[in-house]
Amino acid sequence: MGRYVLRRVLQMVPVFIGSTFLIFFMVYALGDPVAALFGDKAPDPATAARIREDLYLDEPLWSQYVHYMGQVFSGDFGTAFNGQPVTELMAGAFPVTLRLTVVAVVFEMALGVTLGVLSGLRRGRGLDTSVLLLTLVVVSIPTFVSGTVLQYLFGVEWGLARPSVSPEAPFAQLLLPGVVLGLVSLAYTTRLTRTSVVENARADYVRTAVAKGLPRHRIVTRHLLRNSLIPVVTFLGTDIGALMGGAIVTERIFNIHGVGYQLYQGILRQNSPTVVGFVTILVIVFLVANLLVDLLYAVLDPRIRYA
Amino acid sequence: MPEPFETQLDMTEALAPAAGGGGPMAASGTDALRGGGPPRTRRRMPWRREIRTGGLPGGRGLWSDAWHDLRRNPVFIVSALVILFLVTIAIWPQAIADGNPYQGNLAKAQEGPAPGHPFGYDLQGRDVYTRTVYGARASITVGICATAGAALLGSLLGGLAGFFGGWWDALLSRLADVFFGIPILLGGLVFLSVVTSGSVWPVVGFIVLLGWPQISRIARGSVVTVKQHDYVQAARALGAGSGRTLLRHIAPNAVAPVIVVATIALGTYIALEATLSFLGVGLKPPTVSWGIDISSASAQIRNAPHMLLWPAGALSVTVLAFIMLGDAVRDALDPRLR
Amino acid sequence: MRTASHRSPIRRTLSTGCAGALVGVVALSATACGGGDSGGSGSGIIRSSWGDPPNPLEPANTNEVQGGKVLDMIFRGLKTYDPETGEAKDALADRITTSDQRNYTVTIKRGHRFANGEKVTARSFVDAWNYGALLDNKQRNAYFFEYIEGYDKVHPLSGSPTAKTLSGLRVKDDRTFTVRLTQKFSTWPKTLGYNAYVPLPRAFFTHHAAWLKRPVGNGPYEVASYSKGAVMKLRTRDDYKGPDKPRNKGVDLRVYTDSNTAYTDLQAGNLDLVDDVPAQQLKFVRADLGNRYINQPAGIIQTLTFPMYDSAWRGPAKAKLRRGISMAINRKQITERIFRNTRTPASDWTSPVLRREGGYRPGLCGNACAYDPARARKLIEAAGGLPGGRMTITYNADTGSHKDWVDAVCNSVNATLHSDRACVGKPVGTFADYRNKMAGKQMTGPFRAGWQMDYPLIQNFLQPLYYTGASSNDGHWSDPAFDKLVNQANAASATGAAVTSFQDAEKILAEQMPAIPLWYQNGSAGYSERLSDVVLNQFSVPVYHQIEVG
Repeated sequence: MGRYVLRRVLQMVPVFIGSTFLIFFMVYALGDPVAALFGDKAPDPATAARIREDLYLDEPLWSQYVHYMGQVFSGDFGTAFNGQPVTELMAGAFPVTLRLTVVAVVFEMALGVTLGVLSGLRRGRGLDTSVLLLTLVVVSIPTFVSGTVLQYLFGVEWGLARPSVSPEAPFAQLLLPGVVLGLVSLAYTTRLTRTSVVENARADYVRTAVAKGLPRHRIVTRHLLRNSLIPVVTFLGTDIGALMGGAIVTERIFNIHGVGYQLYQGILRQNSPTVVGFVTILVIVFLVANLLVDLLYAVLDPRIRYA
Repeated sequence: MPEPFETQLDMTEALAPAAGGGGPMAASGTDALRGGGPPRTRRRMPWRREIRTGGLPGGRGLWSDAWHDLRRNPVFIVSALVILFLVTIAIWPQAIADGNPYQGNLAKAQEGPAPGHPFGYDLQGRDVYTRTVYGARASITVGICATAGAALLGSLLGGLAGFFGGWWDALLSRLADVFFGIPILLGGLVFLSVVTSGSVWPVVGFIVLLGWPQISRIARGSVVTVKQHDYVQAARALGAGSGRTLLRHIAPNAVAPVIVVATIALGTYIALEATLSFLGVGLKPPTVSWGIDISSASAQIRNAPHMLLWPAGALSVTVLAFIMLGDAVRDALDPRLR
Repeated sequence: MRTASHRSPIRRTLSTGCAGALVGVVALSATACGGGDSGGSGSGIIRSSWGDPPNPLEPANTNEVQGGKVLDMIFRGLKTYDPETGEAKDALADRITTSDQRNYTVTIKRGHRFANGEKVTARSFVDAWNYGALLDNKQRNAYFFEYIEGYDKVHPLSGSPTAKTLSGLRVKDDRTFTVRLTQKFSTWPKTLGYNAYVPLPRAFFTHHAAWLKRPVGNGPYEVASYSKGAVMKLRTRDDYKGPDKPRNKGVDLRVYTDSNTAYTDLQAGNLDLVDDVPAQQLKFVRADLGNRYINQPAGIIQTLTFPMYDSAWRGPAKAKLRRGISMAINRKQITERIFRNTRTPASDWTSPVLRREGGYRPGLCGNACAYDPARARKLIEAAGGLPGGRMTITYNADTGSHKDWVDAVCNSVNATLHSDRACVGKPVGTFADYRNKMAGKQMTGPFRAGWQMDYPLIQNFLQPLYYTGASSNDGHWSDPAFDKLVNQANAASATGAAVTSFQDAEKILAEQMPAIPLWYQNGSAGYSERLSDVVLNQFSVPVYHQIEVG
């Protein structure tokens, strides 16, 4: 297993280089960002040329990339157009987004697995149908709507929560945004759990456990659930990165200056240091999450081993 | 700890004479947990069916067994009919809507239902009913094609990664990781803004491109699990080749999570199309789609909730039909349910 | 959403509305986020919404509303615009004199100091202007100094500057400096209320990085703390000598990512003032806020500009076509139904905030701006129909909710022409791409343009937009008669004569219709019960120093 982990960590190097170059190239392909800095006036060519020079935009793509990577390895991720260092933006955004993601993941995991197990065990009954309806609702109602409606109800109508999150963004204020963020994923975790439970409820080890006369809750938690978690855990592994980088709607509704928001701003302004910096960290998050998921497989199902 | 050795019991049971076909769909799943008597489930392991197929030239294969089951499943029939209906109006919206989905009367903007306009009007004063019917074409095309594309590509690459492991896994999984890293907005701006045609295919292609990694991870995880099962080991021990093992033994047992994720993703892809259109890089105006209408209704949720209700309802029905269909297919592929 | 900060960096794009809707993953636009709870009731502090400025907060580098809002509070220039009449009044200027409309002598008032105690002198202005103009400093608004002699030396079109300072600026003594312009410009003193012309303290040059972290100016407020992306706390200066001493103790500008969130926070009592009521809340804003809602004209006009470099649209022969399209647009209905009266149908190329004295003349456009589908169809047909039977309206999708009104305009044109698809919207993903397409002359049909004035003068609504080769003449229209009238207006010594010449120039626009005036945009704001005396100036920015708390 040690060797396996080492190998996976080494694999991160080409992925890191590949994705930074890909993202760098994509931002480059968007075109010249400088004109937009001047708003609706045509940029004065001399000033624009100076700004391009400062940003190394007058150099060929490969040399821009090499220069950028050189900076990155010395710890400098460049600056955004408002003059703020990207590292400062990241230091502000990632902790908040991480907390938000934790809330969302705990929510979708805890509630999703519970609802999934219950509806799997009571297939075709009222609860199962309600869970199906919930799934349909969260899939077809945009996050923008669920977010603003919940924000209004909790924040204004009932006064139970602040409509906007303060810059410090403590966990308590992130509960509502986290739930909103986790809603769509909740549909996935619930239905994945349900399906696995339905399948595994017929598995041999469950039947054996029943035959051995083990108590029901023990069968469910120790045998059934554990084996049903693999698809759910896999899904969460893919979801963590998406939640961190793609929470733009939720972040905007609740005024959270997180990763999704900064990334979004960076892309619209075509600021490659911001975009590449944030995406690089996100890719590392994906890689680590997927590695953890793979290691979890072996814990959840000991028959799975790694060479 | 799970008990890995139980399976011996199945081996003996599995070698017993075949017990015949499909039990009631929803019944057997949880019996084992109800306590009391012995499990009622009649079991047939896939590899055993193979023995039978091999032995009896006229016998049905796994997939035709599944089809046989499906045809008798009311859930399948209902969901198939709904989908058929949706596809019909996607092709021929004039059949049930004779209005004009493009032209509106701004004077009636956001007004509620009126005679001849049962769903009310949208922000531009266009008939919501007509828009909902006409929106099916783009949304159903994007939903079905993008889901099919992402599911096929994702299952294929994920399945291969999980089955072969090693370098295959490393290569395919890390490739997926790179694609995971592309922000939708950036990808959309780069890949779709160069497209000038008004067709849906670039959008479908783009969603497949960004959608496959997730399904591939799910498929890979599923294959990794199923690969360890006894019947797979047994089949390999009996000399089944890689392709045969993967297709006949692993795929049917590993497909459930993929179906679940794909059917829900169908709904999110339809919404994703709207996000892209909203960013100015999706379907070109004046294309009508549920996603675009849901997106513009969202901003007006406080002023005119009816604008959201109908296209979102249509999206729900579509997703529901596919979830039910997915469930039915999954059940049909699960031999333990027979 | 109003994108305030992202919004075209520049205070002239309009955008508004709420983009809203985002189904899947991404949403648009920006304005930014809540601060702590400092400034609760009784403290005399106004809690106001803000968007993080996209550029560093240097005066000559700030070209959009959000940064401008701060500069308005912490600086005072030579002139200031009366929030009600828009008249340019002396602020720090004691007097500005000229005998030839080209050489000006500026004398500043005594006794003004920066917040760090430094005296405001003639040098404070001259240094600041030289800094703003010098190419090496890469100031986005450097062109504001282009009328001053020597600009071509400090800011050459290419290559390095050959001088560090503007030869047209001379310090006479502590309170006096002279300015020599490159040409006659009678209304030049009235432009001096713009942010780029404020004085700067020595600390700006000697401790630049520290200054940017916490800007120091000479205005009624000083920056107490600034945490980027979150909140800027401004406090009233006790030692401020001007007549516009604040009636409150300070302002907390809180960054919001979305104007709708700010509005919700206002409803929940966590915020006192939003200066952008999101479009989706307008239907109920009276019910929510009663009389605490302001909706008044601002110096912003929106137009559909034609690409006059494209043979399909170019030339006087196509003027009929352009006028026909203008007449096919039902402005009144769109401003009512889509904008809920936060826009007013336009009938000239200026803005109501200029008032009639300043050159605003409703109806100047005549029939060409009145909705008349029958005549519109005839005109368009007489001109040979739309080029290829189709037209697109190009807009950028990332800021504001332009889609809604573009679709409505197209529907109006389509209804006129009895066609479903004669006119369709054509979104472009980012503002940068949109600007680049414009600069590259790649537009193939009319495109949206918004202009927010820099200063309330009719000159600012016409010359930068329609003069041959002007910096915002994005349609590349050119007409010698128009240029001549503008020159004549600039050289006129009496304001009345200048305005008349500008209006004569405007009549050429009505004939040629290089840009269709759509509507004048209003500024809107909502505030809490804690506040009173809230007004907006012509730039749709709240006049903070007049607001009373509690």
